Amino acid sequence: MKAVMTVTAQDRVGIIAGVCSLLAEMGVNILDLSQTVMQGIFTMTLLVDTSTSSHTFDEIRTALMTRGEKESLNIHIQRADIFEAMHRV
Amino acid sequence: MLNISDIMQTVNMIDHQHLDIRTITLGISLYDCASSDVHKCARKIRDKICRKAENLVKVGCEIENEYGIPIVNKRISVTPIAEIAASCESDDYSVIGHALNDAASECGVNFIGGFSALVHKGFTESDKRLIASIPRTLAETELVCSSVNVATTKAGINMDAVAMMGRVIKETANLTADKNGLGCAKLVVFANAVEDNPFMAGAFHGAGEPECVINVGVSGPGVVWRALKDVKGESFDVVAETVKRTAFRITRMGQVVANAASERLGIPFGIVDLSLAPTPAKGDSVARILEEMGLKVCGTHGTTAALALLNDAVKKGGVMASGHVGGLSGAFIPVSEDEGMIHAVKSGALSIEKLEAMTCVCSVGLDMIAVPGDTSAETIAAIIADESAIGVINNKTTAVRVIPAPGKSVGDSVEFGGLLGNAPVMRVNNAGSDEFVARGGRIPAPIHSLRN
Repeated sequence: MKAVMTVTAQDRVGIIAGVCSLLAEMGVNILDLSQTVMQGIFTMTLLVDTSTSSHTFDEIRTALMTRGEKESLNIHIQRADIFEAMHRV
Repeated sequence: MLNISDIMQTVNMIDHQHLDIRTITLGISLYDCASSDVHKCARKIRDKICRKAENLVKVGCEIENEYGIPIVNKRISVTPIAEIAASCESDDYSVIGHALNDAASECGVNFIGGFSALVHKGFTESDKRLIASIPRTLAETELVCSSVNVATTKAGINMDAVAMMGRVIKETANLTADKNGLGCAKLVVFANAVEDNPFMAGAFHGAGEPECVINVGVSGPGVVWRALKDVKGESFDVVAETVKRTAFRITRMGQVVANAASERLGIPFGIVDLSLAPTPAKGDSVARILEEMGLKVCGTHGTTAALALLNDAVKKGGVMASGHVGGLSGAFIPVSEDEGMIHAVKSGALSIEKLEAMTCVCSVGLDMIAVPGDTSAETIAAIIADESAIGVINNKTTAVRVIPAPGKSVGDSVEFGGLLGNAPVMRVNNAGSDEFVARGGRIPAPIHSLRN
């Protein structure tokens, strides 16, 4: 399943490394990634493929949420089709 | 890949602007549940609902998790019970009301609608029995919603039914006096009721509907409100365009969720209802959208025009985003369920008369309005008659959901809790309408109903 992940947080060293290594541990493949800092807020969006993982979508989501809470990162992961529907005619 | 700002816009809509799917409603036909024995009929109804709706809540939660969009309610609507119970040899249909309640509770849904009768042209014996069973059923059950259609543009207004519903609303309020008349919050009187409405309390599964169907109601007043903040002071052309664009996005999300639910449940998709449904939460109010257009308080002069623009632009934006649009599809203006409406009433700017004018240009009607407990059945019936006339003449759905809150008077507030919110008791016109209501009979259909 293709999913869009968003990560927002107060900017600091190592956010991308932390999130990406967690994805790698779970076998989630990153298809695309873009990152910027808007008014001091780190903002990253990733397009990922969860079908390469042996974990269910729910497990991946829970792992990301738990990591997010622990490290003060606001993480969302949602199926990609919703974004395509909302922003493309 | 998608644009980063588009992605963040969607995430913000869900996180900060209360964007959600208000309801996934599963419509179920009960025509094969009829029986001469009311208990057998009730059992068949319960079994069928539990079978068909077994996975509704599970699938709803799955979609919620995968798409990251809250689905606030999962609901069921059924064939009007007056039609199913017609062959039952019993005067008391509350047995069936209990069966509906048990089935809803077993399936884990928030509400079940369809304890209903369609009497716009007259009553069957079964319609009369159902209407007589409404107060007791609503008092004894938690999840059952009831509706009665008393008028259509084609048939005119059944004034006997209007008078009867005035009395039924009073009796329902009295039987649920310990909960501030909460029973009345689950009872809607309609003109031109639609067969595929996913919203409560007025949902039922119409006679023209398939065996089962998935209807989805979107929400999103908060998103429209936020979008209008960015065009402060601009002309109405820009306002309309902004609402249209926002409604398009909201509805597309509804369509994606509707498709996913339909596919996973193996049940055909019916419609997406484009209504902007508010909640009592701050920032999720239709009234605040109207105020954002430049009105000091919702209810002041200009409110009807603002609402007309909003209602029309939501439809224009939404209709292109969905394969099938239906249900009520308009802005809802319930008082107790909308933080801005509550504020407007408390500040004295919004009266029942103004709300009545607003219902001429939007769905759905006088909704979730608390009136003094000593309001007579005849006055309530006359309120229903006025609202029905607006629906009948303008070829649109209108409805009345008023709560004559027992023991309360103007200035008091009534707390219903949850999405039903908090209703300030509103003043009604105390000059009697008794003789008007007592006439009975039918107000004929308007000339423009003759379109063949």
